[in-house]
Amino acid sequence: MIYFDKVSKIYPDKSVALDQVSFTVEPNEFITVVGHSGAGKTTLMKMVIAEDRPSHGAVFFESANIHKLGKNQINKLRRRIGTIFQDYRLIGNKTSYENIAFAMEAAGRTDEEIKSDVPHVLELVDLGHKIWNFPHELSGGEKQRVAIARAIVTQPDIIIADEPTGNLDPINTSEIIKILQKIHKLGTTVILTTHDKEIVKEVGGRVITMEKGKIIRDDKHGKYVL
Amino acid sequence: MIFTHLKRIIRTGFINFWRNGFLSFSAVVVITLSLSIFGALIYGSAFGRALIKEVKNKVDINVYFTLDAQETAILALKKNIEALPEVDKVEYVSEEQVLTSFRDKWKDNALIIQGLDEIGSNPFPAVLNIKAKEPSQYAGIASYLDSKTKIAESGSNIVDKVNYNQNKLVIDRLGRIIPTVEKAGSIITILFVIIAIIITFNTIRLVIFTSREEISVMKLVGASNYYIRGPFMISGVMYGIISGLLTLVILGAFAFYSDALLVKFAGVQSVNDFSMFAKVFSSYFIQNFGQIFAIILGSGIVLGGVSSYLAVKRYLRV
Repeated sequence: MIYFDKVSKIYPDKSVALDQVSFTVEPNEFITVVGHSGAGKTTLMKMVIAEDRPSHGAVFFESANIHKLGKNQINKLRRRIGTIFQDYRLIGNKTSYENIAFAMEAAGRTDEEIKSDVPHVLELVDLGHKIWNFPHELSGGEKQRVAIARAIVTQPDIIIADEPTGNLDPINTSEIIKILQKIHKLGTTVILTTHDKEIVKEVGGRVITMEKGKIIRDDKHGKYVL
Repeated sequence: MIFTHLKRIIRTGFINFWRNGFLSFSAVVVITLSLSIFGALIYGSAFGRALIKEVKNKVDINVYFTLDAQETAILALKKNIEALPEVDKVEYVSEEQVLTSFRDKWKDNALIIQGLDEIGSNPFPAVLNIKAKEPSQYAGIASYLDSKTKIAESGSNIVDKVNYNQNKLVIDRLGRIIPTVEKAGSIITILFVIIAIIITFNTIRLVIFTSREEISVMKLVGASNYYIRGPFMISGVMYGIISGLLTLVILGAFAFYSDALLVKFAGVQSVNDFSMFAKVFSSYFIQNFGQIFAIILGSGIVLGGVSSYLAVKRYLRV
C-alpha cells in the first residue's frame, strides 16, 4: 500500500533526518514506529502526506510516487489519509462539529452526509456531549478524540498518528489507543509513532524501530528494544 | 457542487468575521484610516482645483477703448478675438454699463458721486474683458492685440490701452505655479495611495498570520486552495465594505462640519470675496457622491479582497 524506496532526508543545515529508509506497509496492518525523539519518526510521517519532500529516494502510495503528484492529486491523496498529530491541530475558531465537518466539506461530501455522519463519529469517540464546544473548551484527551474523529470521518484507507498520546496522561493514552485499535479492526491501516513502551506492549503487531534516521529493527510482533 | 462550495465559503467567511471579532474590528479601523487618506486626497484635489479655478478667474486682460470708439468697431474686434483658439471668453462692457456699475459700487460715497456728476458726461471708456483658457496664453493674446492696435494706427485707433503689461507679472507667475502645484499634487497622491495600500495589506497579513497554523491543517486534510482562500477573501471584502461605509460617513461629516468651520475662521468678509469657499466641501460631496461612493467602497473591496488573496498565498505552500 505504501512503499518507501531508499528515502533520505537531509536538511539544509546538513542534519540527516532519514537515511536510506526502505519498508513496505501492507493493507490492514497496524504498524508502530518507535524511537527516541529526533530518530526521524515525524519526518517519516510527513513524507506520507507530502508535507515534506525526500532529498533522495521515493515514496509510493499504491503505484503513485507521492512527490511527483500535482497539487490536485496531493489534495485527493490527503483525503484518503487521516492524520492525527501530537498537538491535535484543530482549527481554533471552529467547534468540534465544524472541525470534523470541514474535513468532509474538503472531501466534497454533501450537507446531508455531514449532518448525519458528524454526530455519529463524535459518538464513536465518546464526545457526543461536546459537539458544539470550541477546542479551547476541551481537555487534551478530548481534543485528541475530536482530531481522531476528524481523521476517520472521511473513511480513509490509512490513518497516520504521529505521537497522538505524547501530551496525554496514561488513562487518556489508553483510551486513544483503544479507539485506534477499534478503527483498525474495522479495516483501516494504521501507522502510529510513539516512544512509549506501554503503548507498544498494548498494541502488539508490527514494530519498526528507528535510530538516527535509520530503521534498525522491523519485528513482526511487538517488541520495544531501545 | 460549485454552488454548495460557494455557499459554504460565504458562510464560513461571515462566521470567521464574526468570531474573530477583535481582529476584524482592528482591521476595519486601519482600513478605514487608509480609505480616509483616499478621501482626504479627493477633497484636497477638489479644494485645490476650486482654488486654482478661482484664481484663474480673477486674471484677465482688459482692453480699454477710446471714448469716441464706435460700438460696431468694438464688436467687430470682439468677434476677431473670440475667433482666437486660446480665448475662452470675451465680455463686452459698454460705457453705460461701466458707469452704472461704478455708481453702484460707490453709492455710499457722496463725494465721489458728486465728482462724477460734476463731470457731466460719462468719463468711462468701453471695455473688453478677455479670459484665456490657460494663464500662459495671455502673452499670445496680448501680442495679437498689440498688432491689431498698430494696424489700426493707420486709420483711427479705437484701442486706448491694454493692461496686459500691468498684470504680466501675476499672470506669468500663475502660469508657472499652477502646473507645479498640479504636479506636486499628483506625486503626493500617488505616494499616499501607496502608503495606504501598504498599511492595509500589512494589517490583513497580520490578521491572516494568526491563522497560518489553521491554513496548514486545512491543507493537510486535503482542502483545495480556493476552498481555504475563499472565506479569507470574503472576510477581507467585508472589512472593505464596512470600512468603506464608515469612511463615507466620516467624509460626509467632515464636509459639512468643515464648511461651517471655514466660514467661521475665514470671517464673513472673505467668504464674500471667495464665494466658492462658502460650501466647497459639502457641495462637492453632494454633487460627486456617486463617484466618491464608488471610489471609496470600490477601493475598500479591492484592497480587502486582493490583500487577503495575497496574504493567504504564503501559507498555502504546504
